[in-house]
Amino acid sequence: MSGSTIIFYLLAALTLVSGFLAVTSRMIFRSAIFLLFSLFGIAGLYLWLQYEFIFAVQIVVYVGGIAVLIIFSIFLTQKSGEELPSQNRSRRILSALAALAGMLLILTQIYQHNFVGSTEKPEEVSVARIGSQMLDVTDQGYALPFEVVSMLLLAAMIGCIVIAMRSSDKKQGST
Amino acid sequence: MHPGLNHLLFVSTSLFFIGVYGFFTRRNLVTILMSVELILNSVNLNFIAFNKYLWPHRLDGAFFTVFVIAIAAAEAAVAIAIIINLYRSHQSIDVEKAEELKY
Repeated sequence: MSGSTIIFYLLAALTLVSGFLAVTSRMIFRSAIFLLFSLFGIAGLYLWLQYEFIFAVQIVVYVGGIAVLIIFSIFLTQKSGEELPSQNRSRRILSALAALAGMLLILTQIYQHNFVGSTEKPEEVSVARIGSQMLDVTDQGYALPFEVVSMLLLAAMIGCIVIAMRSSDKKQGST
Repeated sequence: MHPGLNHLLFVSTSLFFIGVYGFFTRRNLVTILMSVELILNSVNLNFIAFNKYLWPHRLDGAFFTVFVIAIAAAEAAVAIAIIINLYRSHQSIDVEKAEELKY
């Protein structure tokens, strides 16, 4: 067993165990911290696959952005010391059965299918190549999705401000 | 045995269904959002694994992952704005208690 294999199994175990604890823990703040570790594990898997740019994006956006946003919203809406109310047992068992059945179905499909890879020479994943292809307008380029995502981010930003804004003119008396 | 495509697909499938389990059992909007983030992450891992092992001369999987991450960030921000607004009007973010479509 080489070092690379051991690192893969450690990262996979970190991702899956902390992901499972994130969806089962009754303390909501602990659940957010387990989610953070699970996102770290995924980022480690990207680094293991030698996609350094995706690793950096994952750390910056998920670990630095979304996880912190979720922790803030927990502090704004919950008493984080209290336990969440537990679900009734039949719902938990049925959910677990549904998830396990779906997982078995997909895994049997994956292990029966014979994936055929391309035989062309692999190229290096460099940040310069990602950048130039991202803003390319030819066949291989991703300039149009890039622009559409920038519009989406602008719309989401305006939408967040509008939704979360306290409407002071209507609720002056009530709040 | 050196880990290959099937190992990564096993990890991403397990993570996807862990997220689905959380989505079914949780009743709190923040924890439901956390399950959705797990599901989105498993899909990203799939894209990167397929790009690495089956399509190594192009970067399409990496680009899809970058765009999915951007859209997930926008989705999380809007979802949290909605959650905070719901908390202001109902003093609770339990999905069972949010049953009226009233402003």
